[in-house]
Amino acid sequence: MTLSTQLINLMAALLLLIAFAMLAQRRILSLIHLFAWQGAVLTANSVIVAYSTGQTHLYYSALLTLALKVIVMPLILHRLIIRLNIKWDVETLINIPTTMLVGIALVVISFNVALPISQLAGTITRSTLGIAVAIVLLSFLMMITRRKAVPQVIGFLAMENGLFFAATSTTYGMPMVVELGIALDVLVGMLILGIFFFQVRQAFDSLDLKHMERLKEE
Amino acid sequence: MLPAAVPPLELIVGVVSYWMVIGLAGLLRPLSLYFVSRVLFPLGILGGMVLILAALQGVASQPADLVLPLGLPDLPFHIRLDPLAAVFVGLLGIAAVGISFFSAGYFRRVQGSPPGLLCLQYHLFLAAMTVVLLADDAYLFMVAWETMAITSYFLVTSNHKVPEIRSAGFLYLLIAHVGAIAILLCFGVLQGGQGNYTFAAMRQIELSAFWGSAAFALALFGFGAKAGLLPLHVWLPEAHPAAPSPISALMSGVMLKTAIYGILRVTFDLLQVQLWWWGVLALVLGLLTALFGVMFAAVQTDMKRLLAYSSIENIGVIVAGIGLTIIFHVYQQPHLAALSLVATLYHCLNHACFKSLLFMVTGSVLHSTHQRSLGKLGGLIRNMPWVAMTALIGSLAIAGLPPLNGFVSEWLLLQAFLFSPGIANPYLNMLVPVAAAALVLAAALSAYVMVKFYGVIFLGQYREPSLAEARDEGPWARAGLVWLSAWCVLLGILPATVIRLLDNVTQPLVDFAIGSNLERTGWLLIAPISPERSSYGPLLFLLGITGTVLLTYFLVRRFYHGRERRVAAWDCGFPAQNARMQDTAEGFGQPIKQIFEPFFRIRRQMPGPFDARPTYSATTEDRLWYWLYLPVARLNERLAAWIGILQHGRIYLYLLYSFVTLLGLLMFML
Repeated sequence: MTLSTQLINLMAALLLLIAFAMLAQRRILSLIHLFAWQGAVLTANSVIVAYSTGQTHLYYSALLTLALKVIVMPLILHRLIIRLNIKWDVETLINIPTTMLVGIALVVISFNVALPISQLAGTITRSTLGIAVAIVLLSFLMMITRRKAVPQVIGFLAMENGLFFAATSTTYGMPMVVELGIALDVLVGMLILGIFFFQVRQAFDSLDLKHMERLKEE
Repeated sequence: MLPAAVPPLELIVGVVSYWMVIGLAGLLRPLSLYFVSRVLFPLGILGGMVLILAALQGVASQPADLVLPLGLPDLPFHIRLDPLAAVFVGLLGIAAVGISFFSAGYFRRVQGSPPGLLCLQYHLFLAAMTVVLLADDAYLFMVAWETMAITSYFLVTSNHKVPEIRSAGFLYLLIAHVGAIAILLCFGVLQGGQGNYTFAAMRQIELSAFWGSAAFALALFGFGAKAGLLPLHVWLPEAHPAAPSPISALMSGVMLKTAIYGILRVTFDLLQVQLWWWGVLALVLGLLTALFGVMFAAVQTDMKRLLAYSSIENIGVIVAGIGLTIIFHVYQQPHLAALSLVATLYHCLNHACFKSLLFMVTGSVLHSTHQRSLGKLGGLIRNMPWVAMTALIGSLAIAGLPPLNGFVSEWLLLQAFLFSPGIANPYLNMLVPVAAAALVLAAALSAYVMVKFYGVIFLGQYREPSLAEARDEGPWARAGLVWLSAWCVLLGILPATVIRLLDNVTQPLVDFAIGSNLERTGWLLIAPISPERSSYGPLLFLLGITGTVLLTYFLVRRFYHGRERRVAAWDCGFPAQNARMQDTAEGFGQPIKQIFEPFFRIRRQMPGPFDARPTYSATTEDRLWYWLYLPVARLNERLAAWIGILQHGRIYLYLLYSFVTLLGLLMFML
């Protein structure tokens, strides 16, 4: 096993650890920091893959990840929670230990799912596909179990990180066009959701999504 | 001259960017009406003029193409100017000049959107339509097509404070998008699994009969939705009255033609083989649309709705012409195919001129009287001589009277119908005379509609006392009206020249040019089949008509009573005549309403004999709305109610749905 493969595996393990940490985290501020760290590890991973395989376009996507996911979005989220004054409270629907257990089950499933695919893939990063799928599912789980809007959005962004990781590990990244498109989508989505938060709070005096149950059609 | 030095394609690209810059300049001072209407709109006229010159140059030259360094990486924009595109670019230029002139004088008061925004949308709309005509790959075509739909949507809803206008805009946008999906699928079929979406690649592919038919049907449906072909026409009579008049003019005059251009492009250029039944389909649909449109136009009482239905009629005639061209082309009659294609293109040009002109006329009337109901207008010829004169030219042209342009195209189309010798299909041979009869009926009824339109608005007495204060248009709007009337006359008296230009289009598309027949008769007469059978000399007509009128005038002055008398019009021996005694729009349309009653859905409310305050009301509605659109809407609602069962209002449940689906799919893979 070469050094780069080992490094990539290390990064994958770190990403999985961060995904679990996010699942367990109760504070929004720490959640944002974890999200930024996830982005940083992802950037490092892209750079390592790019260096070891000579895929130059991965450098651009690493740069993009760094700019958007490590700097811009955490900053936006940070400013958002200060202006909304919601640094602390995160209520979960299911208690945290149960969520962690479900998460472990998800990791087992995703490794099983990824096994046949990673055997087909010829990339040096193939063993990490299971972790990528696990990150997607764990972030999804986080979105489901959180009651407030901001952690859900962070869950959504973390899921995008997982997808990006999956793309890097199976095919050395998506075509640049697709990647640019997704990055733009995420940024725009972030901005829209930011406006949306203020509107929700204005309408319900809270960011708790249970108030929105009233909005359904009778 | 400068434009001659630059190739036409580059010139047109220049105009497109010029229009975009003007549009953006509107945002500099969005609230300044003076800046927008006295500086920007007049500057836009220049673009239209250049387009006409470029089109004249482009129609006679070899196709030129260009790859623009724009678009996505590895997916650049391809553009191409061939004679077919050039004809439509010329049409756009002619209409744009007139309408920009008119707009410079039209947008006077602040209504809804600020003027700078209108200027941006207007010029983007023009630019998008030009790009649609130039596009040489499906990607650029769709981008421009959607830009066109969206800018025109915002223009239609510029007065968005009115709920009716908002719902009209929604209907328009909905149908435009349904059509756009069909067009997208059509291009998907046309690329034939190669994954190359340039038109150049599509031309190389020979599709099987099934897929070719699928592509044609999708194109007819998709472009038909934009053009207002029969089952998809409902947005036209809603959107045109909602939009400001210059916008109606642009949409009806030019935007509908881009859809016609699309049908022609797909059928004769991108598809290599045509089938005879496509022609029958287009012919029948076109004629039904024409008859339907003209019948409904005859019973309308809102002047802009009337013109909208008349547009449906004209589109029907044009599509019927396309259908006829396909039939002749398939049955190896290049001469007649070329003739009917020329007639079709000619009618597109004509319709762009006179329909834009008439929509602008309604705008002038609307501005000076604040009335759009025909029941409240009348006698405006006294206050608005310029508008009335140009409206007369437009009405005569659309009614198809010689020596104006409407006659030429309808006559040519009839020639194609009537002189079709045996097509090798007995059923088609039976169909053609019936179709010709339907076309004549539509033409005659459209003349009837125009008599109503012109007579009720401009002749007779004022139906409302406030009409006496109506004032004529200012110089800018006048220039626009005169410009388009001049084209109506010009296209009417110079058919030989125009046909020779259109020959450049028919030569590559149906492998024949009818110009060779013209050579034998010179420029004075046109004889599409042969001089022995039929010919038409518009200048002779013009001279004859002018001569007869002058002679009569002279004789009456000289020998009869020798003086001019001014008396009340149409008094028929009743000296005490008032405005309520003259024929109304409803009254004029009544015979049509009676004859074609089964086609309308009429609701009448009759007063009883003892009513103290008798009221009478009758509304005429479109049956298709009830037969087709409401069932679809209800089905949609029912499906939505079914799906609504899933809806609980809890976001985590929604997320859980996707989560479970995702897990299920992953498990399925194992």
